[in-house]
Amino acid sequence: MANILLRNRDIPDIGNFEVYSKNGGWEGFRKAVQQHTPDEVIKIVMDSNLRGRGGAGFNTGRKWSFIPKNEPIKYVVVNADESEPGTFKDRELMEMNPYQVIEGAMIAAYAIQASAVYIYCRGEFWDIAHQLDACIAEARENNLIGKNILGTDWSCEFYTHLGAGAYICGEESALLNSLQGMLGQPRVRPPFPAQKGGGLYYEPTVVNNVETLANVPWIIVNGAEAYQQIGTPQSPGPKIVCMSGHVNQPGNYEIALGQTTFRELFEKAGGTEYQGHKLKALLPTGASGPVIPITDKLMDAPITYESVIEFGSTLGSASFIVMDETTDMVWAAYKMMQFFKHESCGKCTPCREGTYWLLKLMTRIINGQGTANDLRLLENVGKQMNGKSLCALNDFAINPVLGTLRHFRSEYEAYINKGSDEKAAPKKQLQPAH
Amino acid sequence: MLKDKYAERIEKIFSKYQDKRSAVMPLLYLAQEEYGWLPEESFSEIGELCDIDPTQVKSIAGFYTMYSEKPKGKYWLQVCTDLPCALRGADQFHADLKEYLGVEEGGTTEDGLFTVEHVMCLAACDKAPMLQCNFHYMENLDMEQMKAFIEEKRAEAAKGDQ
Ligand SMILES: Cc1cc2nc3c(=O)[nH]c(=O)nc-3n(C[C@H](O)[C@H](O)[C@H](O)COP(=O)(O)O)c2cc1C
Ligand code: FES
Repeated sequence: MANILLRNRDIPDIGNFEVYSKNGGWEGFRKAVQQHTPDEVIKIVMDSNLRGRGGAGFNTGRKWSFIPKNEPIKYVVVNADESEPGTFKDRELMEMNPYQVIEGAMIAAYAIQASAVYIYCRGEFWDIAHQLDACIAEARENNLIGKNILGTDWSCEFYTHLGAGAYICGEESALLNSLQGMLGQPRVRPPFPAQKGGGLYYEPTVVNNVETLANVPWIIVNGAEAYQQIGTPQSPGPKIVCMSGHVNQPGNYEIALGQTTFRELFEKAGGTEYQGHKLKALLPTGASGPVIPITDKLMDAPITYESVIEFGSTLGSASFIVMDETTDMVWAAYKMMQFFKHESCGKCTPCREGTYWLLKLMTRIINGQGTANDLRLLENVGKQMNGKSLCALNDFAINPVLGTLRHFRSEYEAYINKGSDEKAAPKKQLQPAH
Repeated sequence: MLKDKYAERIEKIFSKYQDKRSAVMPLLYLAQEEYGWLPEESFSEIGELCDIDPTQVKSIAGFYTMYSEKPKGKYWLQVCTDLPCALRGADQFHADLKEYLGVEEGGTTEDGLFTVEHVMCLAACDKAPMLQCNFHYMENLDMEQMKAFIEEKRAEAAKGDQ
């Protein structure tokens, strides 16, 4: 099947305005603006059951429908912060197929009658943001952005904004604060971004992920029903899976949800072994979801939002970090704890202190100085943190530890049991991250 | 002064936002481009431009990893050592790089050319080991390539000094 999102794989120069336009580009946007009312566009997207690709999987059209109609100023914000370990799909889309992202964002803007779109790129996407500026200028010259778009009385601007290196700014309310020149820390909700008082400059705002929006032009051109034909009722549409870690051919793979098994995906990415080693564990949504042991049962399951839940995790952004049998799972959990301790923004006490203690305990264990009580302590700290902060970073941060403890407890116990021999001469003294 | 030297660019930055305060991040980048890092006076300059207190500007600079409040080497090498890259040898690569340059974590070589530090995932996990050099990515690296890169930059610098 031809790619719907990674069309750059089929049409190499699609990042060029002419090539994009000649290959069906802007058809969805023209159709939306010239043949549909904003409400019709929202309904089509809602009926397609496109679910947000940023992690939470919320129905995109429904999110748009929450925007109040009678407010004069509304915004669309594209979340291009892409900082979850193991995620690099939005980057390929923006780098190689940028107009599809811009078109999707402009359809969202039309649907809610926004006056401006901001695309918030993580700071490291410096080159990409500058390339996007050029694309935006090209689209503006063609009356697709700016004043009186396509001859209507609707006007909408489009701007890039660069973050500067902070995972938390991918969380939508922290992103909005960052864009307003404040510390990138989450807001208390309600009000939600879609509500007056909750969005960018406190105006009603739709925040969508890059990949989510890249689905939208196809949906408008082909209709909600055609989109529903791809995948399962709860998981329609194409999805990009980022394959990293112990994968022979790491990279992005576009699949039809529900129509591809884990095994088929792994085969595409170079096989179900890595350099002669069996595969052991899968993190399906980067560092933020629980780990799943790789079994035949998993391999034979179709990839959908609902199937991953059955295996005790979430599909989220579909950032598959793969680990083979040589991987030390305590070390992997320690690595992920370093990440969350570093990225906790410090606003909420349970997250700030909890990530500190989890990392401290993990460091102690990995250096051979842990005790059996430390395992109970890890679980205890994790349970006490759960659900107690303003944003989900806090809850994500528990998963590396609790997930690996659930499935690979014996590896922790081995560290503790051999601890006493190694205390005299620890092999490697690892330090907590700073 | 940024205000005089970059009047046009600053005006363009402000034109993007409804609130002046939103310009603080792009202006921090501008200041860093001008000075190579963010000296104390840049916070007052930016504070004045955005109508906010310099300490607020400073706290924003401190919140992010891409702003630097101390001078860095001419080539600021931020190596990703997060889990996906580490599964493909990034920790070893990072250690080898520091050893070759003779620096500790976060340190700068004596000639002022290279600073090495490790960072979290840069969304290029499929191209590990990788690093960011002054905000541009270098991917699928090994030490041979790095040595060639380092020697090339050293030679360039030596030529410039003559
Ligand atoms: C700590 C944290 C980090 C996040 N990072 C991202 C991110 O990098 N990109 C993204 O699209 N969503 C991210 N999200 C999810 C956003 O808050 C939000 O749900 C998403 O942008 C909504 O878009 P969607 O409905 O199109 O998925 C993150 C959430 C949390 C709690
Ligand atoms: S883990 Fe290194 S780029 Fe993602």
